[in-house]
Amino acid sequence: MMIELGHFALILALWVAVVQMVVPAMGVRMRDERMMTLAVPAALTQVVLLLVAFMALTQAYVTSDFSVLNVAENSHSTKPLIYKISGVWGNHEGSMLLWVLILALFGAAVAVFGNNLPETLKARVLSVQAAISVAFCLFIVFTSNPFERLDPAPIDGNGLNPILQDPALAFHPPFLYAGYVGFSMAFSFAIAALIEGRMDAAWARWVRPWTLAAWMCLTIGIAMGSWWAYYELGWGGWWFWDPVENASFMPWLSGTALLHTALVMEKRDALKVWTVLLAILTFSLSLMGTFLVRSGVLSSVHAFAVDPARGSFILAIMVLFTGGGLALFAARAGSLRQGGLFAPISREGSLVLNNVLLTVATATVLVGTLNPLAAEALGYKMSVGAPYFNMTFVPLMIPLLLAVPYGPLLAWKRGDIAGASQRLFAAMIIAVAGAVVTLAVASDGPLLGPLGVGLGLWVMAGAVIDPLSRARVGAVASDELVRRLRSLPRSAWGTALAHFGLGLAVVGIAATSGYKSERILVMKPGDRVEIAGYELAFAGAAPGSGPNYTEQVGRFDVMRGGRTVTSLAPAKRLYDAPPMPTTESGIHNSWRGDLYVVLGDPQADGGWTVRLYFHPFVRFIWIGALIMFIGGGVSLLDRRLRVGAPQRAKPRSGAVPAE
Amino acid sequence: MYGLMRAGLRAAIRAAVAGVALAASPLAPLPAHAVQPDEILSDPALEARARTISSGLRCLVCQNQSIDDSDAPLARDLRVLVRERLTAGDSDDQVRDYLVARYGDFVLLKPPFNARTFLLWVLPALTLALAVWSARSLFRKPATASPTSNALTGDEEARLAEVLKRTDEGRAGD
Repeated sequence: MMIELGHFALILALWVAVVQMVVPAMGVRMRDERMMTLAVPAALTQVVLLLVAFMALTQAYVTSDFSVLNVAENSHSTKPLIYKISGVWGNHEGSMLLWVLILALFGAAVAVFGNNLPETLKARVLSVQAAISVAFCLFIVFTSNPFERLDPAPIDGNGLNPILQDPALAFHPPFLYAGYVGFSMAFSFAIAALIEGRMDAAWARWVRPWTLAAWMCLTIGIAMGSWWAYYELGWGGWWFWDPVENASFMPWLSGTALLHTALVMEKRDALKVWTVLLAILTFSLSLMGTFLVRSGVLSSVHAFAVDPARGSFILAIMVLFTGGGLALFAARAGSLRQGGLFAPISREGSLVLNNVLLTVATATVLVGTLNPLAAEALGYKMSVGAPYFNMTFVPLMIPLLLAVPYGPLLAWKRGDIAGASQRLFAAMIIAVAGAVVTLAVASDGPLLGPLGVGLGLWVMAGAVIDPLSRARVGAVASDELVRRLRSLPRSAWGTALAHFGLGLAVVGIAATSGYKSERILVMKPGDRVEIAGYELAFAGAAPGSGPNYTEQVGRFDVMRGGRTVTSLAPAKRLYDAPPMPTTESGIHNSWRGDLYVVLGDPQADGGWTVRLYFHPFVRFIWIGALIMFIGGGVSLLDRRLRVGAPQRAKPRSGAVPAE
Repeated sequence: MYGLMRAGLRAAIRAAVAGVALAASPLAPLPAHAVQPDEILSDPALEARARTISSGLRCLVCQNQSIDDSDAPLARDLRVLVRERLTAGDSDDQVRDYLVARYGDFVLLKPPFNARTFLLWVLPALTLALAVWSARSLFRKPATASPTSNALTGDEEARLAEVLKRTDEGRAGD
């Protein structure tokens, strides 16, 4: 009964979305205010209906209702509750339902918080949002219905792939989708602006927080996926340049570019055309990500051709919105007046450089991801893997990272690069010292190691100098400095934090890529082995069991400098439903890095294959991503205050002019 | 969602392997995992070369994994093959050529430069040129202040000619 109710709510949401798409847009044309304001109740109704649909499916999962095909295929009665819930989006149909639900939530947020938007802009934005919603609701209803029944119902379900039964991965898809879908806001605002032929600083002030929120979700979503791959896949790899990873990385890259141009638009009324183009491209890349992952085209172009219904449907959605958006852009971009002249060496100029490099990096990832698909369609099988991306993507990041600390220190319109360099002198010293020390400690690694560590330290130190220099460190007394630092706008702190996180992640990437160590060997109980300053004693392996698996757990006593540090218990698991082996690595974390132990196969002579890795500073990658996320959040708080109540923003006495 | 895809494929491979192994014997070990101790060459220099080559070769039955990372049986066969060729005295390029001759360009994670892949290698440079070119125009001063802006546009010229012609016609009618 609940399931039928959910199904009905989904179809009803589709029709509400149709109304929301058509009526407000007509209202704008006919200058009928009542028709325009219909967008608000429609958006709210839509989100309520989709929530009902989503809750209905969730309830079926929680109660293990195997008369629902989707539940029977993807769940199992013995699964822990959290994975029953995450199972809702752990499959194609349910994840698409989550997609439209998040889309509707964003639409509802505009409806609720958009009181200070011009009436016509709000109506148009909600209408474009509804158009996307219609497309995806149709997709779900016709090709991916999660509410299909199964008769007779099986005794139990097929279960969820055990390596997906993991806390990080349970919340990875919702964040990723919130990121993808969040960029739809920038898209809808861009389309509305192109139709209106008007785009001003207020527009950017509206788009920035949405883009920032989406970017934050995508950042943390990608980081979670990478973290999961690191500890779950069993050898400590954290990024593979896999097409599915690239699918989420491309919108992140162009979304980062968008975030920065929107800043120029807001503050200086410049770079309008770029901002609009990036808004369209970023959401198009999000749609492409959905298409790549959901159509099956990645496993094989031919697999896609055999069952083309879903793939062609998403492809059609992608072509419609990307093509439509770009066509509208081509027709109307000329009408956007460019304002605010600036010199190449200026805050704007540095953000243009940021854009150029990030856009080219996005294009590189795009061609690397799509070229094999295109070639396969033409009958030529080829692969594009990490070596290609390391050769093309990494060189683009070097000038970008060099430029990051300069950006915030340059003045708008015309900057003083010599003055900025002077203020960054300490950062240069730190960076060079870091690179030299790295080279001295580990001279046998690749040259990219010290270079990366130096660059990361440069960006981190630059991020520390930025707020200090804004508060005029050195020129004022220390209590005055503290007061000035406290009165810096939150967005300035957000920038500094996010850049600091980026630098930290770069240090982690450089260190772990350049200097990881590895031992692969057979160990018998009682054997000892050394790696990266640790001594490990293997105490043997013993069987164990969990709620839905049996396992072999190895025990390793870890010593360092003669003292026992910890004991690690890597395991090989065999899950019941579906029957599948997984590796659970044993990881010991210290400030120097991670000791990573994997239990392999038992050998005929009583020994076990054992893999030991030491990944120096690897956690900096995810801590860096987390700091970037927090930086976004800090900046968002600032923006929301300004957006929500511009009239309340009184000048505070004694505040330092931030820019 | 990349996790789901990757996981699904890895899992499918593992499940297939496990299925075969379990069918063969109820006590059969679980599937192998990337480089095995018995594969490692005693000569560390040769082994290092083998690792470098392996990380650039695709495990043909996996999704975008190198044979160095993959736990598929085929990847193990290829790793052993690479080591055999190296022990036999092949250079790194000879090993790669040997594999390309058997499996085609598909086996290379860094594709060669040819007619079907030139976009891959040229497009990043082209995009960079295009982006720099379009960024350059942002810094150019608009032409409003220059004296040429006082000249008439083609449209204005035509309208002026029209007006003059009409005036002439009017005079002729006097």
